[in-house]
Amino acid sequence: MISGVLVIFFVLAGLAVLGAVSLILQSHPIHSALSLILVMVSLAGLYLLMGAEFIAAVQIIVYGGAVMVLFIFVIMLLNAGVEERTNFSKMATFGGVPLALALGCIIAVAIARSSGRLPAPAADGAMSSTRGLSNLLFSEFVYPFELTSFLILVAILGAIVLAQREN
Amino acid sequence: MSEILAKYGFLIVPIVKVAILVFVVLTLDAYLTWLERKVIAHIQARWGPHRVGPHGLLQPLADGIKFILKEDPMPTGVDKKAYFFAPFLTLMLALTSLSVIPFGPDITIFGYTTNFGIADVNISLLVLFAITALGVYGIALAGWGSNNKYSLLGGLRSSAQMISYELALTLSVVGVLLIAGDFSLKHIVEKQAGDLGLLSWNIIGFSKDHGSFTQIIGCICFFIAAIAETNRVPFDLPEAESELVAGFHTEYASMKFAMFFIGEYTSMIAVSSLFAILFFGGWLSPFPASWTMTHYLPSIIFIPLGLWVIYDGIRYETILGRVILPGLGAVFTVIGFALFLFSPVNEAIQGPFWFFAKVGFVLFFYIWMRGTLPRFRYDQLMDFGWKFLLPVSIANVVLTSAVIMWRMK
Repeated sequence: MISGVLVIFFVLAGLAVLGAVSLILQSHPIHSALSLILVMVSLAGLYLLMGAEFIAAVQIIVYGGAVMVLFIFVIMLLNAGVEERTNFSKMATFGGVPLALALGCIIAVAIARSSGRLPAPAADGAMSSTRGLSNLLFSEFVYPFELTSFLILVAILGAIVLAQREN
Repeated sequence: MSEILAKYGFLIVPIVKVAILVFVVLTLDAYLTWLERKVIAHIQARWGPHRVGPHGLLQPLADGIKFILKEDPMPTGVDKKAYFFAPFLTLMLALTSLSVIPFGPDITIFGYTTNFGIADVNISLLVLFAITALGVYGIALAGWGSNNKYSLLGGLRSSAQMISYELALTLSVVGVLLIAGDFSLKHIVEKQAGDLGLLSWNIIGFSKDHGSFTQIIGCICFFIAAIAETNRVPFDLPEAESELVAGFHTEYASMKFAMFFIGEYTSMIAVSSLFAILFFGGWLSPFPASWTMTHYLPSIIFIPLGLWVIYDGIRYETILGRVILPGLGAVFTVIGFALFLFSPVNEAIQGPFWFFAKVGFVLFFYIWMRGTLPRFRYDQLMDFGWKFLLPVSIANVVLTSAVIMWRMK
């Protein structure tokens, strides 16, 4: 019996994979960036399917909106043209392909071994409501949270220093 | 009837609501262009459209036919995917943003209770911001895909402007969220209800029982940022005609241009609705709930308006006008009398009446500003956004949190 949720899951997952493949295959940077937006929005749909509305909305606002707008803005500003397709380097053929296959195998084995043992997504749990999420963020995970904001502050300061150097 | 609704209501009701909303919004968009041209004309001591139909009332219809029949040339060297996708994206996102807006309190028809809007989502405000965040792609792609330097500059300006003002837009709302404690627009409106009418709206924030604080700073920041987000005067740099021809939509004609146009007006309606919901109590009446006399206000407005339109129509110079205007006036008068006579209908219409009155005023304000203010220069725009609007919004968040904390103790 295929439920509606499963159908929506496969549609969204398919879109995400399609976007990811198209991201690599497109020859123009803007088309690649658009494919990445498709991946981000499909992921937001998957989060929504798991009952994490807040994460889904933030995924679109931050990754689908802010980050990708910046990518597109930079590509447009540099006026990057169509990329030339080169032959695979020897490194990629002899090193990359076996490594990619090995990584794929490891992930497949890990999923196969842990199937049925993973906890189901909490429908009414802490992660689903915004209030629960913020309570967790500011109590249990307050140190990682503050550490992340400190990291971002360092990045901002670095950007300012780099921009000021010329003057 | 009620059995069918109870069984299949979840499927039928949303489809009917979407159909009604799209029809209403597209008509509203069309007449908003008429209103804009009329109001600006009168600000500038001109007549505005007055040839097609009485008082130019059929002008939107003529414009619509023109859009459909016009040739749609495609410039050489465009990026076809981006060029065709951009107008669809703009229109689609603008229309989607209306789906989470509550236009009134819950209504019951044939024993089936439903929310007055398409979707009642518990994160509706975040959904709206997510849609706004994606909205910039329509303009950026149109500007980049058109293979035109003016379009590209317009697209770049628009991306930079929308990134800058989105921060202020989001932060100016945080004060309202702190008061309401909820992302649902419906709950934000319900939280503003009180015995004191308009005094308990978020803009004034006078309330006895729960922590509340005036959001007038947030309100002003939100309105300025919202105008910048919808690319309207005085922030219409992406399509500054004296510098960039028509900016990002220079190379668009016919229906594709119309899609940008409808998208812009629809997002104006969406932003005005959000403004009314967040700061002006949404569908709530400005009078205290005990003043039941004010429930006749729709009739008091509709009947004289209808009578005046009839009086104006019978003296109109063209025969078409002498037919259409009295007909229109008669419809208004009948609606006014019907609301006066059937009190259940009158009660049901109160919420939407106040909601659309507020939205109408905000839309008029938009047009008024376009007729009054000059355009910002680009560096002024960036300075204002980053050095004034953003710090003031953050200060409002800090101030509101401090006051609410202090009152809770």
